Amino acid sequence: MRTDNRRLPIAPRSMPSDRHPDPSDTHDTIDILVPIGALGMGVNADDVAAGITAGAHAIACDAGSTDSGPAYLATGLAKYSRDAVKTDLAILMRAQAAAGIPLLIGSCGTSGSDAALDWTHDIAREIAREEGLAPRIALLYSEQSPGAMAQCARTGRIAPLAPMTDAEPMRFEACDHIVALMGPEPYIAALEAGADIVLGGRTTDTAVLAAVPLMRGAGVGAAWHAGKIAECGGLCTERPRNGGVLIRVGAEHFDVLPLSPGNRCTVETVSAHMLYENSDPFLLHEPGGILDVTGARYVAIDDRSVRVTGSRFVPRPYTLKLEGAAGGAFQTLMLVGIQDRKVLADIDAFLVRMHEVLTARVRAAMGERAGVFDISLRPYGWNAVDGTPVAPGGAVPREIGLLFVATAASQGIATQIAKTCNPWLFHLPPEEGDAMPSYAFPFSPAEIERGQVFEFKLNHVVSVDDPAELVRTVFAARQESAHD
Amino acid sequence: MTETVATVASVCRHVRSKNAGPFWITLDLPFADQAAFDRHAFAPQLQPAAIGALFDVDPAQVKHFAVPDLRVVKISYPRRHAQGGALERDMHGGQQYVRLLDLVLEPAPDANAHAGTGTDR
Repeated sequence: MRTDNRRLPIAPRSMPSDRHPDPSDTHDTIDILVPIGALGMGVNADDVAAGITAGAHAIACDAGSTDSGPAYLATGLAKYSRDAVKTDLAILMRAQAAAGIPLLIGSCGTSGSDAALDWTHDIAREIAREEGLAPRIALLYSEQSPGAMAQCARTGRIAPLAPMTDAEPMRFEACDHIVALMGPEPYIAALEAGADIVLGGRTTDTAVLAAVPLMRGAGVGAAWHAGKIAECGGLCTERPRNGGVLIRVGAEHFDVLPLSPGNRCTVETVSAHMLYENSDPFLLHEPGGILDVTGARYVAIDDRSVRVTGSRFVPRPYTLKLEGAAGGAFQTLMLVGIQDRKVLADIDAFLVRMHEVLTARVRAAMGERAGVFDISLRPYGWNAVDGTPVAPGGAVPREIGLLFVATAASQGIATQIAKTCNPWLFHLPPEEGDAMPSYAFPFSPAEIERGQVFEFKLNHVVSVDDPAELVRTVFAARQESAHD
Repeated sequence: MTETVATVASVCRHVRSKNAGPFWITLDLPFADQAAFDRHAFAPQLQPAAIGALFDVDPAQVKHFAVPDLRVVKISYPRRHAQGGALERDMHGGQQYVRLLDLVLEPAPDANAHAGTGTDR
């Protein structure tokens, strides 16, 4: 076991250039084991072991993003279950301790808010206790107070990103939670201060993976580009659900290879990943600069590894992206199944009439008490996914699932609206004068209180003089351990 | 008419759409071969005016990128409402590509001029 390199000094900045396309040559690269696209998705212990054996200098992955919507940031609750995160984290913490290499996890608890980071830290402490481990854990908090960010907006330190056009202070004050996306510097500082494990709040996916290569003197462009390619773990391989990858970052190049023996990285799978979840295929804005891959070249070095050269990182004034979310209105749902052939023969006309009837009934029964409300009817099996008109002349569906969504100022009012609408959703005939149908409710009670609607409020960057200016680093008290 | 109509589905492989942050959707169109890319990458149906109309967004904000090395066209457009709001129907935007599949692509007016000339950024 390589218990010696946890305190390795920073490698010299000049590194041997890429002249030996031999994937087994690990001496001139900084190797990062990326076990999974997001902590909690299911880390494979064998793959982690393979990456350690291959000479990984660090383990790094992220544990969140905005990908799954605003609720996780607005509430601070994690997307994945505690058990799923604990199982994955335990594998990584055991590997960290056995190999004596750093473990970095960014965007803890999905949103990377302070509460989500604390939740992850609590899991880590529990694992340490159960496994007899005593790592030095650094916590990087990057949540910002709405008031402080509103003040930054007033002083002109915040700029909007398209499609947003303003940075009004009110926008920031309206957020329940705001996080700043960290770059690699706070991770590097924590490792240099002796951390074995760094648990980060919200961080760019790329920065978590680039941190150790940057710290140890790998090429800056290569480190950032490697981070981008590996950010989703196995997604840059032929079998995206089959384990993670190892990135080997040199001075002018990086290699990417799968951890799982049966998996492959090809020029196509690796180069295509630059497109993924990215609005621009050539430029990626990061804290402190822009990754430019316009000149990147991808070459297979064997039947499962790819070498990338020509990545550039262009320094820019240091900014941190801000994400903010808040709770808004409330929703109550009803779902009803319809196989009535007369309804299905002209679904659009039926839904227009249904919407008119429901809205009128709410106004008549509830009056002013309904407040500002919205009723949305979404026929699954017809056009619920995008709401656009269906071209005439197509097949008639066998059935639809009609989702009723009432949106109102409080949960109570949304539910009263649903209950007011219930008999009509249940019994509205295809046409006036038809015998009264009874559509298929699957549940009793029919209404489902869905809770609050959450919304993303920010798409902005804040300028800082120092990358750590908005970051609070805390070293957790080291736990007692029988092994210590 | 027996000539094959060049729909997106017929000239591309696994077209996909995905959220790119909470405010953007991005569409990836990998063309089946170089000839299809050269002929259709700059088709009017994939230009901002047409995409803006198709998704009901401001064409001035629609971005079109040709990536010749991958024979991919990437198109990004802003969401009409931020991801996850009260009116959300496709949280990850993963089904939005379907609207492209039956588009009939005409050759770009100057398809030959664009062939292999790098990017249009």
